[in-house]
Order: sequence, then structure tokens, then C-alpha cells
Amino acid sequence: MTEFLQHLINGLSVGTIYALVALGYTMVYGVLKLINFAHGDVYMVGAFAGYYLAGTVTSEQATLGRASLITLASMLICGAVGYVIERFAYRPLRHRARLTALITAIGVSFLLEYGFQLDAIIKKPIEFPPGPSPRFFPVLLDLGDPFTFLDVTVPKFDVLAIAVAAALMVGLQLIVYRTRFGTAMRAVSFDSNVAGLMGIPVNRIISGTFVLGSMLAAAAGVINAGARHKIDPLFGLIPGLKAFVAAVLGGIGSVPGAMVGGLVLGLAEEFVVGYTASSYRDAIAFTILILVLLLKPQGILGRVTVEKV
Amino acid sequence: MRRLPTAVRSFLPFLVGIPIVYLLQRVFEAQGWDFVALLLVNIGVNVVLAVSLNVVNGFTGQFSLGHAGFMAVGAYTAARITLSYAHIPILGLPLEWSQQLVFATALVAGMITAAGAGFLVGMPSLRLRGDYLAIVTLGFGEIIRSIIENTKALGQATGLSGLPRLTTLTWVGAGVIATLLMARRLAVSTQGRALFAIREDEIAAEAMGVDTTGYKVRAFVISAAYAGLAGGLIVHVLQLATPRSFTFIRSIEVVVYVVLGGLGSITGSVVSATVLTLLLERLRDIQSFRMVGYALLLIILMLARPQGLFGTRELWDLPFFKRRARKAAEATPGVTP
Repeated sequence: MTEFLQHLINGLSVGTIYALVALGYTMVYGVLKLINFAHGDVYMVGAFAGYYLAGTVTSEQATLGRASLITLASMLICGAVGYVIERFAYRPLRHRARLTALITAIGVSFLLEYGFQLDAIIKKPIEFPPGPSPRFFPVLLDLGDPFTFLDVTVPKFDVLAIAVAAALMVGLQLIVYRTRFGTAMRAVSFDSNVAGLMGIPVNRIISGTFVLGSMLAAAAGVINAGARHKIDPLFGLIPGLKAFVAAVLGGIGSVPGAMVGGLVLGLAEEFVVGYTASSYRDAIAFTILILVLLLKPQGILGRVTVEKV
Repeated sequence: MRRLPTAVRSFLPFLVGIPIVYLLQRVFEAQGWDFVALLLVNIGVNVVLAVSLNVVNGFTGQFSLGHAGFMAVGAYTAARITLSYAHIPILGLPLEWSQQLVFATALVAGMITAAGAGFLVGMPSLRLRGDYLAIVTLGFGEIIRSIIENTKALGQATGLSGLPRLTTLTWVGAGVIATLLMARRLAVSTQGRALFAIREDEIAAEAMGVDTTGYKVRAFVISAAYAGLAGGLIVHVLQLATPRSFTFIRSIEVVVYVVLGGLGSITGSVVSATVLTLLLERLRDIQSFRMVGYALLLIILMLARPQGLFGTRELWDLPFFKRRARKAAEATPGVTP
């Protein structure tokens, strides 16, 4: 029982990260029908933004205020990065073949991953790019000893992380279903041509979607970096791919689906690895992906799409 | 011009090509130009990879990101066989002959297992559309690597070392000729037409009675087999097979060759694989610059010239060659171009 609860907690904390990143994939896929390969790397950029901000911003005290400031600032930075990527790499290709955009997305992803691995060009005030070796992520919050509950250790940071992630998801839900922007976004996702005819500024909505998704990825990046303490330029590669799997599992294009998918994937990984002690961790996600695509390609909460000629 | 019989057209390139590369190999050995030979081996292997990936990504218009996985299957199969049999004379042959025989068997076995893996991957995933297929093939590549890293008999993460150095320029030359011949013969055959039809419009092709899934799986199997051949060749140069040689990054490299050369152009793949291998040989010390270069190349190419250097045309379709061909035709009266 203890073991079960422990895996449950671990699975939830991994799952919320996947869910936050998966939201970005699913929203972008919803409006553009594009798998934004670079999304995992935006998550990595978020973690690095947090790292640099923590290194340069004033007081060394690990207070809640400073931590939230850093998280918010890295969300803004990543929002800008997402905007730039969309504006300069994807928008010019929007009316070309879909493979063209996919190849560009792979290119952008590699540019971020390997661009960050170059030797530092700027030395002051920060060393940028950070180079290939892992960096130690500073402690943003010192919350003291973990909770112990029925012999299950629950780090306080994890509890806070889950709470923050949940709050962000609720916030997103409100934006998508309760605001004019959200309504416009859903309209573009339904049919961008018709949405344009109805007077919706499609370009602005798509940019906004990228910014929103990138901000969530940045939050996930900072949270996960805070839990793992180590970041490197390939930090986003595997989580990015897994978050994509989570988005497909939940039904790509569906916002609640991405949350469900992320949690299910996190739990599945944790339970399989925990109980069988195997080192196949990374293969689990892809096996799930293949099974989902074969058995239920629309995912858990997705709509069935009919192919029109 | 009378058309030569099929058998002759298939074997002539080998009969002409292999003695030439063998001669080159002997010259390089005599001169001690090992690094030139090694460079040519690298180019050859990359050409095999690029042209074979072009069958799926270019001819058929699908998008596979798992080429390194099939390469790994072929490489490990071949490595296991040569490790077990290359040091003992078989069938009463002298050791040198028996080694070559074992190597040939190992390469063929690698092609067959890679083709089998291609079939297993292709059967379920080729029902999916473009971008999903990309992710699924990527996932399969990673699963194959994961399996290798967890299998004792395959040396886990350290890999298999101490392989005999059997790959020579001649073997690579034969591999390149086989791959080019396969691609060319495929492109002009009924099968090839079906693949092109799928690339141009899958729904229309299906309406015309093309068994789309069947042809896609066939293209995938062929492409995987030649990736396996490339894998078998490269590990017997490096004398080491590790999972690290067959990561996602390797697949992307091959995609860059194919995309740069032009999806669907055989000569385009050959030219871009050759040129990029030569260029990047110079940047070998700075690995991360090399990957940044690839990334920028992909983005700029997609923005400026998404069809690649050659598009779907071949080298001899270019205006320059066309003009010369027309002149030649005009010079010889009685022949219509």
C-alpha cells in the first residue's frame, strides 16, 4: 500500500509536468494542425530562463515572492520566444504542404537544442549560450522537510508544484472557455477560414495560442528544474516527446484531453517502472503512443474526424 | 537504341563498377591514403542511407524519422554474425575467403532482419498520416535502441566491440551500386509509379485502385533493408556497434541529406550526401556547430526552397544537361529526341 501511494505521488508530479507541456502541443495542433516539434525545447528555454534569472536577480533569499517572480518572468520570456518562432518560422509556411512545416519545426527544435550547446559567446552578465555540460539549478524555494504520511514521503515542493500546475490549468480552462480570446481560438481551431470571414484576426489568435502554450511550457520547465536541480540543453527532448504522446493519448486538439493524457502517462510510467524495476522507461511512452494510434486514434477525449475528399 | 535485356541491365553496373572501386582501393592501399579511403567509405554509407530513405520520404511522400533504428537492426545482426564466425575458416576455405563469405552473409542477414523490422513497424503505422507517422517512426527508432540497451547478448549500452575490420571500399562501392540500381529500377517500374501516385495524392491513388497501404509497406521494407545494409557496413569500419551511433540525431542527418537533395530525386540525394559529408568532415571537431548548421539549413531551405536543390528531378533533367542532349540529338540526324 505504501509503495502504491508513493508511486501514485511520483506519477502525479511527473504527470502534471507532462500535462502542462502537452497543453501547448494540443492547442497549437488545434489551431494550426501542426506538431510543434520545438515545443519541448521551449520548455528547456523556460528552465534556462529561470536559471539565469535566479543567477542575476538581486536577493539570494529563497522566498516565495522571488520564486513566483522568476517563474512569471521566465513565462514571459518564453511567451516571446514562442511568438518569434511562430512569426518567423511557421507563419511564412502556413499555406504550404504540411510536411514543410514539420521539417521546419524539427529544424527549430535542433536549432534551440544545439544552439544552446555552443560555447559561451556572451560572457557578461551571464554566460550564454550555456554549453553542453549540465548546470545546477538554484534552489528557488526551501520548504524544509518533506511530509511523511503513512510512511509515504511527499516532498513539499511536489505538493506546491502540483498545486501551481492545477491552478495554471484551471486558469487556462477559464481563458479557453470564458473569454473572447478563448472563443476566437476555438473558432479558429474549428475552421480557420470561416473564422477569418467572421472577422476574427486569425494571425493574432494563432500568435496568442503560441504565446499561451509557450508560457505554460516555461512554467513546467521552471517547476521541473526546481525538482530535479539539473538542467542541460537536451533537457526538453524526451519530456517534449512524451508530452506529445500525452497529447495524443488524451485526444490531440482537446484541452481537457491533454491534462488527462499527461496524468495517465505519468502514472503509467511510474507504475510500470516502479513495479517491474525495468529500465525501459522511455520505451513505455512510445509503446502507449503506438497502441493509442492503432486502437483509438482519436484519443481518450478527442473528436472523431472524418476525412473529406 | 535497342534496350538491353533486364538481366544485363541489372548486372552490368556491378560488372563495370566493382572492378573500378577495387582498383581505387588497391591504389589507395598502395599509396597509403587511408584517410581518403575512409572518407569515401563514409560518403558511400551516407549515400546508401540517403537514397534508401528517399524511397519512403521522397518517392512515397511519407515521412519516416526512424532510419537509424533500422540501421541499428542491420548493424547488430551483421556484427553478431561476424563476431561469431569471422575468425574461423568455414567450409574448408582459407580464412581470408571464408571471412569475406561470412561478411557477405552477415550483410545479407542484416538486410533481411532490418526488412523484417521495417515490416513490423510499417504494417501498423503506415495507416497513419504524415506527421503522426513521423512521430511513430521516431518512437520505433527509440524503442529499438531501448531494446538494444537492455539486451545482454547485444552488449547493452557499451555495445559490441572488437569487430573485424571487413568493410573495404569495394564492399561499400557494391552497396552503393546496389542501392542506386534498386532506386532507379524502382522509379521506372510499375511499383514506382504507384508510389509516386501515393505521393501526389493518396486519396486519388486509392480511387484509381492503388493498394496504398500495401505499396507503402513495401516501400518501407525496401528502405529498411538498405538502411540495414548501411548499418552493417559502418560498424565494420568503426569496429564497434553501440546504441549511441544510432540515435534520433543520425536519423535527422539522413533526413537533411534527403530534404536538401530534393524529396524524390535520387541524384539529388547522392549529391547532397556527398557534399555534406565532405563539408562536415571539416567541421568534425565542432560537433555542436555541425548540428546548428543542419538546423539552420533545414529552416532556410524550407523557407526559401522547400523542394530541395533538385526537387523531384534528376541530374540529367536539369536545363544544362537537357540542352546538351538536344544538341547531341540534332547532330545525329534521324533520331528524334
